[in-house]
Formats: sequence, C-alpha cells, structure tokens
Amino acid sequence: MTAPESTSRSFPDNARAALGDAVLQRALGNLKLGFPVKRAEVVADLPEFEALRDAAKDIKNHTLAHLDAYLEIYEANVVKSGGHVHWARTANEACETVLAICRDAGASVVTKGKSMVAEEIGLNAHLDNNGIERVETDLGEYIIQLRNEPPSHIIVPAVHVTKDQIADTFRAAHEGLDPARPLTESRDITDEARNRLREKYFAAEVGITGANFLIAETGSSIIVTNEGNGDLTQTLAKVHIVVASLEKMIPTMEDAFAVLRLLARSSTGQEFSVYTTVSNGPRRPDDLDGPEAYHVVLVDNGRTAMLGSDYQDMLRCIRCAACMNHCPVYGAVGGHAYGWVYPGPMGAVLTPSLIGIAESGHLPHASTFCGRCEQVCPMKIPLTSMMRRYREQSYQSDHMGIFPRKLLGLWSYLASRPTLYRFLTRLAVGVLRLAGSGHGVLRRMPFADAWTRTRDFPAPEGGTFMDRYRRNRPT
Amino acid sequence: MSQDEARGEKPPIKVGLFVTCLVDLFRPSVGFSAIKLLEGAGCTVEVPPMQVCCGQPAYNSGDRAAARSVARGLLDAFDGSDYVVAPSGSCAGMLNKHLPDLFAGDPELEPRAQALAAKSHELVSFLVDVLGVTEVSAAFEGSVAYHDSCSGLRELGVKAQPRFLLSKIAGLELRELDEAEVCCGFGGTFCVKYPDISDAMVSKKLADIGKTGVGTVLAGDLGCLMNMAGKASRQGSRVEFRHVAEILAGDPEVPAIGRVK
Repeated sequence: MTAPESTSRSFPDNARAALGDAVLQRALGNLKLGFPVKRAEVVADLPEFEALRDAAKDIKNHTLAHLDAYLEIYEANVVKSGGHVHWARTANEACETVLAICRDAGASVVTKGKSMVAEEIGLNAHLDNNGIERVETDLGEYIIQLRNEPPSHIIVPAVHVTKDQIADTFRAAHEGLDPARPLTESRDITDEARNRLREKYFAAEVGITGANFLIAETGSSIIVTNEGNGDLTQTLAKVHIVVASLEKMIPTMEDAFAVLRLLARSSTGQEFSVYTTVSNGPRRPDDLDGPEAYHVVLVDNGRTAMLGSDYQDMLRCIRCAACMNHCPVYGAVGGHAYGWVYPGPMGAVLTPSLIGIAESGHLPHASTFCGRCEQVCPMKIPLTSMMRRYREQSYQSDHMGIFPRKLLGLWSYLASRPTLYRFLTRLAVGVLRLAGSGHGVLRRMPFADAWTRTRDFPAPEGGTFMDRYRRNRPT
Repeated sequence: MSQDEARGEKPPIKVGLFVTCLVDLFRPSVGFSAIKLLEGAGCTVEVPPMQVCCGQPAYNSGDRAAARSVARGLLDAFDGSDYVVAPSGSCAGMLNKHLPDLFAGDPELEPRAQALAAKSHELVSFLVDVLGVTEVSAAFEGSVAYHDSCSGLRELGVKAQPRFLLSKIAGLELRELDEAEVCCGFGGTFCVKYPDISDAMVSKKLADIGKTGVGTVLAGDLGCLMNMAGKASRQGSRVEFRHVAEILAGDPEVPAIGRVK
C-alpha cells in the first residue's frame, strides 16, 4: 500500500507544535494577507461573480447526476483522439497503472506537474520506491521534494517554507552550486530551480500531470499553472500521463471555461492563471510538438462511494483553496497539522470521506463554524453542514473529548427541563458570582482548565435574567 | 376590532424575547436593554417563562437527539408571538437557519419549526430592518469598535445595522478592526475542545483591537464577548467589552463584562 499515512489522530498535538513554530507562523501571516485581499479585489471587479457561482454549481451537480454517462463519453473521445484511458478503483491500482506505463516507456526519469490526487494515492513514494527518478517541476513541489515533505497547501505546497529555508535547501541539494551565488531574492531562487529543471525536461521519458478538468465532449484534459511547468512536462516527454479523479469530469469546453472564470479568482486572486493548457490525445502527424502517447488514469479511490451520500456535494470541489485561504483555523496551524493530504475546511470534509471518520474525526470538529469557507467557496459547497454531519457520525468517539461530551450531555438534560434548570442555574450563578466577587473574573475554575489556562472567565453579573424579570414585572 | 384599530392605529407588534442562555446566566442587563429598545420602538415584549436554550451546543457537537429535545420547548414557548427576537446572532441564526433542518422529517414538528424560523430575528437587525428604527436616544463618550460575530454576519447579514444605529449616538466614534470579519476563536465548544488554537485566534483579535486604540469593543453575541473579555483581562488590557444593546439602550452604568465598578 502506498497511500500516505495519516497523522490526523494527533491533530491537537500537531496544532500545538505548529502554533509554537515561529517560522511557520510568519509564513502563515503572509498567506492570510495575500490571497484573501487579492481575491476580494478581483471578485469586486466581476459583477456576475455570484451568478457564475450558481451556474458553476448547477454544471457540477448536473455532471455528478450523470457521471457514469459522461465518463463513458469522455473515454470514447479520448480513444478517438488516439489516447488511452485506464480505470483505477483504488490508490494502489492507480499507482501500479502509472508505474506500468512508465516501465513500458522504458522510463528512468519522469517529470511531474503538481497534482493533489497524486499525493492522495501516494504516487510519489511508489515511483521513488520502484527506482524511477521523479522530478517535480512545480517550484513549490520541487522545494518540498528536496525537503522530503508533503505539501501543506493544495495550491501553494511550500507555503510553510521561507525564502531562507529554500536557499539552504538548494545549497544542500544542488551539487556544484557556487557558494558565492546569491539566493536571497525570489528571482535568484527561481533561476536556480529553472537551471536544474531544464535538463530534466529533456531527459524525461514520461511526463505526469494532474488535470483541473476532463472534458467529455472533446476527450480533452485542462491544466492551469502559473509557471508553465505543466506545458513543458506534458509536451517534451515521449509519454504524457494524466492522473485525475473522477469528479474532474465536466460536459463541455464551454462549461469548463465558465468554471475557470471562478477558479483563479477564488484561488490566487488572479483573473486567470498564467497558463491554461488543453491537451487532446498524442501528437498528430502535423503537430509541431507533443507526446507520442497519451494516457489518462481515472482514479476513483472512494469517489463513487460519495455519490448519492450526504457528502456528494464535496465532489463539486475544484481545489481552488479559497476555503483554507480564508479559514482562521488553517491560518493558525497551517496544512501539515491536519495530518493528511487535504487540509483546511475542504480537507475536514474530504479526508473523512476518503480515509474514514475513525481516522480523521478531529478534522470536522476543528472548526468554529464561522462560515467564511462557505462564503468564499466558488462552488457553494455546504462545508459546515457536512462537517456537522461528520460530527454526528463521530459524536460517540473521543474526538469530541469525554469531558466536554459529559458536560454537554448534562446541559442538554437540564435544558430540556426548565424548572429544574432554573433552580440549578440560579445556584450555579450565585456560586460563580461569589467566586468572582471583587474581581469581575475568575482566574481559575474547576473543570474549566481549557478556558482558564489562557483566559480569565468573566463572572456573572448577578442573578439570572429570568429571576430578575419575574421580580421586576410580576405577571 | 380592538381599541387601537378603532382609533386607526396599528396594534402593537407582539415580540417574544428569546433571552438566550448566556444572557440569562451571565449578563441579565442585556435582556433588559433589549426590552427597552423593543418597547421604545413600539413593541409589546413578552418573555415566555418556559424557554431555555435553542439547542445549538448539542446541534453543533453532533448530538441531534439532544438538540431536538432541548429546542423542542421553544416551539411551544413562542407559539403566540408575532416575532421572536434574540440578543444574539448565533442563537437567532440557530432558530432562523437550522431549526427546520433539526426537525426535518417530523410531520408534526417540522412545520412548527419552519414557522418559528420564519419569525425569528437577531435584535439589532430586527430593530433596523423590520421595525425601521432610525434613531436612538442613547449617549456615549468614546471610541468603539464593533466586532462582527460570525453567525450573525454570515447567516443573518448583520453588519450594517449595528453600525448604522451606533452612528446615531452623539459622542460615539466608531472605528473598524483589521480583518473585522475573522472569527474571534470562540466557536461554542470549539474554545474548550481546541483551546490552543482558540487562544491563538483570540490573541490575534486582541492585537487587532489594540491597533485601533478604542476603549470599548461591542458585539451582538455574549459568547464572543466573554472570550475576548476573558483574554483581555488575562493580558491586563484596559479595553472594555459590552453587548451592543447596552450602549444602544443607553445603559452603560452596568460594569463592562468581567469588570467591577
């Protein structure tokens, strides 16, 4: 099994470590001030943004309702253009399929564009373990490959790494790098990475990319990048392999471009990504460039089980990352704390759907339900409702914490019995009031360490409203 | 025909005040401020005695059965009210946006939950949007920031209304927080389930408050206010925290949250 291990069970510990990591905190601070501000600007410039969200939601809902039909139309059109489609039920099947294609092509070097589903199925480790030299061509992915880390964000995978750390990483990994060569500016770093990557593009027999969309009517795949690395990856190698999960399907080119108008705006706050590249089968006789063979590996890995479930809406996700860019919890702890491939609010729903709620029960609980993710989600995915649904499934497990659960149970028991409730709360308020008298706050409170360790607890004003109201206004 | 109608006047609007647990237990004066504001706008206010809690803590924790048993009492308690008004965006949001879901599929209770949802409002938006209040008679000297509580802001669209009414108070200078729409880290049970993350969030919020230099922070939800006031107290900050209704009703003689006179 190659799929990545999850550390979601230790989310609270992961989060604590992240909060104490000063370098990470600085990087997260920059993220919060970057993308959300740019997104707000470009959204304000597009009056039909809200209408586009509704249209995009309808397109995806329609696609999901007829996914079986569109997948078959898509396959027929890929075959018609000379390509091959491979169906993979599981992560393992997908990895084996990719490896077999690489072996058939006699590949020793493989270039790879950024792909979250490749992370999900553990493709990187699978290629590495089978003696294939894998070169990540997205700058962020290249950096974390050298650092031997997973991505901490779905569109800026190295967001947790500072410029100084990147320079150190390059100096450690790049043989023959002149120690006098400056690596202080972004430009220096990009140039250094480009020099190293150029030779690999030409050496690679196979180029692997993900897909932002698979288009049924044409059998095309679309990728968007800002670095152009995807184009080089898929056109310079002899063999292009597209690895994509089933829900990337969309009926027509027009539909894809409607959704593309939302994608970059929601994601990086660009109107459009720098490169939007459409691929259609292998190189034809008159084409100037392109691969000799074109393969698509269609990955299910849990998607069909989500169809028709309470979590089907999650399959509308286009991986823009707006939810995590705007999430105060993600902003506090970063992506690695979530413990698996997909972080932030979308991860809090997708992770339990793909690896099970028993493994990832913390994630849907680790939200204040502030709703900012839903507000910015271009596909109008009801993220908080689905997190709540997962909380219902995991309520009896310990992710809730045994003490909070007992307290809540007691509260619910009392709150269903107004007379008893009034009697007991009157007493409790009196005690708290006494304990806080003279200070206005309690520095410590029994059974409330989680609150009072870092905060004072404001003492009650005195008396309950219901008592005071009854005394003031006898009815 | 009632006497009012006979005189050509509209009968007063009958508002049921949903006090909410936190106001009942921790800050009763907010309830009295709410009554003062509603009566001042011409409403008759009733406080049904059998009300307790909207069930939100259980609902958001994933215990639907407990949430139903708690919220069930409100369906009876507010049967006779034209409107139900709460001095809380989060409790009003629970009634207005989630109650029908909570009772979905129950042939008897679902329609009643829908009816209650349809007539439920957050206090300040009710004053402005439904009653059309444009003036307040309160006075206040000093600079304040209004903290947007997440549920009120995103579920009920409470943003302009409190700022509009606060702008009518002579002597009150309103300043905006950086990242005003970011959560303070309370999140109901979140603040005790993940106290470290919650603490990081409220610390950030207090840093933003500090940057404005305001003396007072107002909000429409006691949960957020107790979280921020508790952290401010621990930090030794002098900023005061109050429910917006207290200022709008002109009742600042009550000590600020977590303070003594």
